[in-house]
Amino acid sequence: MESLDEIKARVEAAVPGAIVEIVQNASPSQQHSLKIDNEHARDVAKWLRDDPALRLDFCSNVTGIDWLDRTVKKTVKVKKVVDGEEKEVNETTEEKIPGYIEAVYHLYSMIHKHGPVIIRMRTADRATGARLPSLTPIWRSAEFQEREIFDLYGMRFDGHPDLRRILMWDEFEDHPMRKDYREPDDYEYEPTPHDDVLEKAKPYYTPRPQLDGAESMVEPLDR
Amino acid sequence: MQHPLQRFNSLTNPMIGTGILKGMAVTARNFVGSYFDKERLITVQYPEERNPLPENYRNFPFLIYDGDDSHAGLRCVACKICEKECPPQCIYIVKSEDKKPDYMGKPQFYPKVFDIDISVCMSCQICVEVCPFEAIKMDKDFELSTRERFDALLMRKDDLAKSNDYYRRISPIDAAEVDTKLAATAEAAAKKKAAAPAAAKPVTAATPPASNEPTASRAPS
Amino acid sequence: MSATIETLEAMERPPVSMGSRLEGELLEVSMGPQHPSTHGVFRMNVALEGEIVRKLKPVFGYLHRNHEKIGENASYLGSMPYTDRLDYFCSMTNNWAYALSVEKLAGIEVPERAEYLRVILAELTRLQNHASLLGFLLNDMGAWGTPLMYAFREREKILDLFESLSGSRMMCDYMRFGGCRVDASPEWLAHARKIVDRFPRFIHELEQLIVGNEIVIARTQNVGKVSPELAISAGITGPMLRACGVNYDVRKVDGYGFYPRFKFRIPLGEHGDTYDRLMMRVLEMGESVGILKQAFEQLPAGPIINPKVKIRAFRPPVGEAYGRIEAPKGELGFYLISDGGPNPYRYRVRPPSFINLTILEDMCLGHTVADVMVILGSIDIVMGEVDR
Repeated sequence: MESLDEIKARVEAAVPGAIVEIVQNASPSQQHSLKIDNEHARDVAKWLRDDPALRLDFCSNVTGIDWLDRTVKKTVKVKKVVDGEEKEVNETTEEKIPGYIEAVYHLYSMIHKHGPVIIRMRTADRATGARLPSLTPIWRSAEFQEREIFDLYGMRFDGHPDLRRILMWDEFEDHPMRKDYREPDDYEYEPTPHDDVLEKAKPYYTPRPQLDGAESMVEPLDR
Repeated sequence: MQHPLQRFNSLTNPMIGTGILKGMAVTARNFVGSYFDKERLITVQYPEERNPLPENYRNFPFLIYDGDDSHAGLRCVACKICEKECPPQCIYIVKSEDKKPDYMGKPQFYPKVFDIDISVCMSCQICVEVCPFEAIKMDKDFELSTRERFDALLMRKDDLAKSNDYYRRISPIDAAEVDTKLAATAEAAAKKKAAAPAAAKPVTAATPPASNEPTASRAPS
Repeated sequence: MSATIETLEAMERPPVSMGSRLEGELLEVSMGPQHPSTHGVFRMNVALEGEIVRKLKPVFGYLHRNHEKIGENASYLGSMPYTDRLDYFCSMTNNWAYALSVEKLAGIEVPERAEYLRVILAELTRLQNHASLLGFLLNDMGAWGTPLMYAFREREKILDLFESLSGSRMMCDYMRFGGCRVDASPEWLAHARKIVDRFPRFIHELEQLIVGNEIVIARTQNVGKVSPELAISAGITGPMLRACGVNYDVRKVDGYGFYPRFKFRIPLGEHGDTYDRLMMRVLEMGESVGILKQAFEQLPAGPIINPKVKIRAFRPPVGEAYGRIEAPKGELGFYLISDGGPNPYRYRVRPPSFINLTILEDMCLGHTVADVMVILGSIDIVMGEVDR
């Protein structure tokens, strides 16, 4: 299979106006991905599916990722004049990246048996109305998975044939997989709460005291 | 490659019912065979008969104590590693304030409270894997049903502490390994203790080297 | 397969479209979450015209435990027991898929003996999964318990093997990053070899019980046909895809875990109907027995885990990885994103049963209510994996 640089060049040539970036992956798995812009996503996806050399007809996995606002520190070696001498100095820059929700598609080819080619799409922000184009018209396997991303992250997909909640019940209101999701407060009694579960349980029942005074709570059992 | 279905001649020219009759022949063979062949009679009349449990079978954890005293011989030093690593967070430990000597004689903390909630525990054995003191092992008792589902399924230190003899009975191979390992550690520690006062003796006891040779350094380990 | 169609023409099913005089309104039925044949808590809202299905919408989420969020809050090692509970029939392959993804993420190597043990256990898992599936499918079709008990008799033997090796029958928690947890003793290997050697006798018995049975043939042939193009587009994997005639098996394509060293064939179906899916499982069991025999021959001695991997405070480098294996139900993949800490930043399971359910509606349209159960049974779903 061709390298990602070649694919990027051919995509930019075939779909005019498409902006494609390569996102490097630092782990030993060497699975780098292509970030495509939201406007031309469907055209790029169609081209990836139909191009005779690639024929990526199998969309294996559609994932939603919630990125909070983060600051990334980059240390770069810069030539600076220090004490009259030109030296290489480490300069740390801090980059503030606002949060967004991302959809990652892992594409394989069943005909040529190669892959994966990984494409990513990002929303502008983490607001509940964040929208992305749906790639279900191109790969039918994205249908249930995009519904799941809508259900668990709150990201809407334009052009999806049937966008409704799939794993949670229809009247549910929040989006469970978001990083700032707070579970509902309905704590039933738990004998060994600790750390943050202990904090949440305190309004509901007296958690166990530090000393093991639980002998006074129940009678000895007949086992 | 011969198509696997071509083996069944009845399909190329079926008489209605031959397939069903073939199936009945199989069941008849099994039924009659169960009188003669042990392998075809697979039901175990529990609870009168029980299948023997394999050596590796694990159910819920328990704490080990050496000797007869469940307090003095308890191996657990309340390091809280199992509490941290437990995936469903079902272990609850409170460390004591005083220390007691362990099997090697060194004073260690002990757990004042050690509770495992077995309605939450998923028997994954990670607590056993990460314990550095061989203090927690997996039990094999599975007949633990109770009538109340909260405090009755909370096993406290007294319920959990079982002797090393019990462990030797239920898992002889593992217990033998653990015993040899602990004996080896105790021996190594004792050797180290004996070697330390020997090194503290004055160096002049060593034979003085010849004038031309460099001084060999006899650094104690 | 074509021979059977010609000679069984007498059993051809009646045409599907009913006359215009018999039009009525659609009856909405919920084949609801409590049902003996839906393989777990699974619900289908079916709109019926008489007996024919006109619309079908699957509803699930009754077993949703938000496994992915638990994965974000637990450490990498702590997630391993939770993967057992995804597809609770095949815990060994779930463990392997997760271990493979983490090994890809962190660049960990696995020693030879561990890879062979993994293959042996994965193929044993495949055997017992396919056997139980055939038992369940026949149970759904109305053979009250007999084929199920036959399949479970064999499954119990394999589960006893798992128990004596890893400590637990179904929730094995056996793989670790860089190898396996417990070594297989020579007695265990001898016992496993004995069971594998007698397995073809069971497959033959099952074939005689099921494959030639006229009721099975009449109820499963031409029912729930899937075309290869639809299957590829819908992301179907596993025996269901191969029943449509598409030659795609992750064991051959990716070649993970020393599978290239074994000689095995991939059975392919022609028509993509339920009967082909059933036969896929029977034929794959035969191939698995072949792989097991070769693995037992070739098993080397050596360490079973990479000693450089830390058990506690395991922090893979920053990055992401997607690892996949051929689980008995399809392609099971884990997508992990690490931010350098002890917990993953994003932990995603690609569940084969969930994605294989995408075309349930397409398969069932135009068939009768009784066929819906047969089609659902042949997809091989487990709700632990669908809902996670």
